Amino acid sequence: MGEVKVIGASLSSFCCRIEWALKLKGVEYEYIKEDLRNKSPILLQYNPVHKKIPVLVHNGKPVAESLVILEYIDETWQENPLLPKDPLEKSTARFWARFVDEKCIVSAWDACRAEEHEKERAVESAQESLGMIDKLIEGKKFFGGETIGFLDLVVGSLPNWLKFLEELGGIKLVDAEKFPSFHEWSKKFVEIPIIKEKIPMPDDLINYFTTSGLAKTIRGSALANNK
Amino acid sequence: MADEVVLVDTWVSMFGMRVRIALAEKGIKYEYKEEDLCNKSKLLLKINPIYKKIPVLIHNGKPVCESLIIVQYIDEVWNDRSPLMPSDPYPRACARFWADFVDKRVYDVAKKVWTTKGEEQEAAKKEFIEAFQILERQLGDHPYFGGERFGFVDLSLIPFYSWFYAYETFGNFSIEAECPKIIAWAKRCLQKDSVASTLPDEKKVYECVVQMRKRFGVE
Repeated sequence: MGEVKVIGASLSSFCCRIEWALKLKGVEYEYIKEDLRNKSPILLQYNPVHKKIPVLVHNGKPVAESLVILEYIDETWQENPLLPKDPLEKSTARFWARFVDEKCIVSAWDACRAEEHEKERAVESAQESLGMIDKLIEGKKFFGGETIGFLDLVVGSLPNWLKFLEELGGIKLVDAEKFPSFHEWSKKFVEIPIIKEKIPMPDDLINYFTTSGLAKTIRGSALANNK
Repeated sequence: MADEVVLVDTWVSMFGMRVRIALAEKGIKYEYKEEDLCNKSKLLLKINPIYKKIPVLIHNGKPVCESLIIVQYIDEVWNDRSPLMPSDPYPRACARFWADFVDKRVYDVAKKVWTTKGEEQEAAKKEFIEAFQILERQLGDHPYFGGERFGFVDLSLIPFYSWFYAYETFGNFSIEAECPKIIAWAKRCLQKDSVASTLPDEKKVYECVVQMRKRFGVE
């Protein structure tokens, strides 16, 4: 159903959501790799407002912002639906997707970057958000129920990113005892072939951050301090 | 079965106004509960325990939070009249993108215009104008962001117009001088009953902001 391109970067937790969604729906696409340190004319053309990845380009028309793209994909290719049909359930999925992006990811980064005297509180705050995600998946196979859904794709790379942030910041955010349901879900999720193909790995993230010198810019970075 | 619709909100909130405009567009009757954000009610803490924020829509006892999520919910449930979103996927994605732009690039910087001073305020004013100039370019020659019809993006942005007088007074600048098309668009939106009956008087908003600045210790 037309020409599909994804402009992305392999370590981005936002980009892999898009590729997973397209693969789950059996949509063929061309992947255009972007170097975020040297943004290409194509990215600036297709996302002049934010200049960020991912961008989906469908028949020459760009869509930006990962949650917007996911809904566009779900509405355009209707096989293997990602969002529930019921308006209340859909609202709930949208709510938790925003929570993951605005609270979980942000608070995990804050904990990683916190100065020594603020670290404990920052870690507690990050764990409070993760606790809510753990409760959400309790007793369920996937966030989407019996099959992978919208929220599974949104939460998707969080476990690997958390492992990376733990090492970068010298902190402990997740453990199987504290968040058993989240731990169970993440073990299963990362092994699904479509997911495994395109998930950012903690070692690759560490490698990128240390070789690019970005680790040194992170305050409180255990890695930066050890180098 | 009659629908029971309750909106927990506060009169001056631009997020709450979005929901009130949506409800008015659809002609939905609802009970309005004004919330005192300095003294949050047990009800609010129960229906939005995660963020403890307004607006919250309660439909037949079930709460929905976050203004843009609520507006889409309203559009999907009462889908037999006055559509707020376009029907095709691509225009829908564009509408969601631009409403998200308003949340990400307008709200925080607008708040800085009335809560900061000096260099920080100047930087905020510059960013504020830049965001509205981007929106002006997006509007182009169309009467509304939705094209020929008032829609999701218009509804997401128009509540900020009731705060313009406050921004201009505290920021000492004219939004009309920088973004005349936005002002023309806003006046066009105000011709709609749903908008005119929802947006509070700009002087009342200003008085409220004066009080908020005292509380935040901005003076």
